[in-house]
Amino acid sequence: MMTRRSQFEESLKELSSEIIHMGERVEKAIHLSVQSLITGDLTSAHIVISQDYEINALEEKIDNIGSTLIATQQPVAKDLRRILISFKIASDLERMADLAVDVAKSAVRLGENHTLKLITDITKMAELAEQMTNESIRAFTEENIDLAYKMAKMDDEVDSLHSKIMHELFTHIANDPQSVNKAILVGFVSRYLERIADHATNIGESVVYLVRGKRPDLNQ
Amino acid sequence: MSNIVTVENLDLYYGDFQALKKVNMSIQEKSITAFIGPSGCGKSTLLRTLNRMNDMIVGIRIDGQVIINETNIYDSAVNVELLRKNIGMVFQQPNPFPKSIYENVAYGPRIHGISNRSELDAIVEKSLKQSALWDEVKDYLKKSAYGLSGGQQQRLCIARALAVNPHVLLMDEPTSALDPISTLKIEELIQELKQQYTIIIVTHNMQQAARISHDTAFFLHGEVVEFADTEKLFSNPDDQRTEDYISGRFG
Repeated sequence: MMTRRSQFEESLKELSSEIIHMGERVEKAIHLSVQSLITGDLTSAHIVISQDYEINALEEKIDNIGSTLIATQQPVAKDLRRILISFKIASDLERMADLAVDVAKSAVRLGENHTLKLITDITKMAELAEQMTNESIRAFTEENIDLAYKMAKMDDEVDSLHSKIMHELFTHIANDPQSVNKAILVGFVSRYLERIADHATNIGESVVYLVRGKRPDLNQ
Repeated sequence: MSNIVTVENLDLYYGDFQALKKVNMSIQEKSITAFIGPSGCGKSTLLRTLNRMNDMIVGIRIDGQVIINETNIYDSAVNVELLRKNIGMVFQQPNPFPKSIYENVAYGPRIHGISNRSELDAIVEKSLKQSALWDEVKDYLKKSAYGLSGGQQQRLCIARALAVNPHVLLMDEPTSALDPISTLKIEELIQELKQQYTIIIVTHNMQQAARISHDTAFFLHGEVVEFADTEKLFSNPDDQRTEDYISGRFG
């Protein structure tokens, strides 16, 4: 009889808790960058920009733990899938953090006393993107496929808000050509939030793959 | 590919102990099938059933059928010597005869009636080439097989099995007594041999099963828990017991 693999189990747990930790950091970065954009308080934006390297370091840490486990423990089946999706989730989270940085930089460019149109829709999108990020990581923690699917459904709402914002921006620019720079920034922010939601959806797909061993397409 | 070995409802008892329970399995021609499972799970017992190596064991009882090349090998009309010529076997410990390298390989063909020297020479050369040993021993064919390393002795035993031109090659943990380099050589050899032979291998080394086989059967307490495509069995098995075993959480 073989012994249970306690050291291996410990390392797998460490891998998961690093992902959860990274997820929390990314969720916070999204929240701060959007708050900065909405309120015009740039302190939060600068925090997001200056702390991004810490999130990058977490991805590196997750990659190192995972590759060491592959090299030393010969993982198979669900153990192997868990390590493979850890790489993928860490990569999605790192991209989400970069997008949060992009939102923060947009906030800085807009400046403190902007009169941002479409703030209601951007706020709504940001709330959805944050919620999706939170739920994607919760789906991972609980290995909850239903939650992954439910979370991915929200992406449709994000996509339609993005379309709506872009459409309104075109009208806005036509009516007020002077505001084109600001309008383009808003368009970019909308795009960044839409991409964040896509990455959250990818995390949901990774959770389904972990549990079922088959990759679904939740982006459809 | 067609099936060469079909096991149907096979029960095997050592006295009161049931070592195999209702085993059903079809093995494809010219493929590599691995049997894995903890000690005492029945994998070697099933392997030995396939060329009736269990016949000599006192108190053994077998129900069900083993059909190889469309013949039920437990049929009373079956010639067991001929069966074992067709279903060759390689064991855990290399077991060359205390004879020369040449005589080890020529032994089987001689027993089966070949005495012509040039014919025997050709068989010895072909078999040693097939077992990837020829280049290492061609100048020492008259030397004792005992002078070879463990890995070379095992390849000699494979050559000896191939010399009688079997259809199926049974291998019972053929690398467990070998060092890693010799193990990889045997694994490469097994991959080569599958072009011509059907290979069934019992192994305790799960990575070995994953590396070399097309299909894998996981045994537990005399039952085949799961028999599937190796890639499927090692990436997403259907049965939780298989998952627990292959990921080292068994027991």
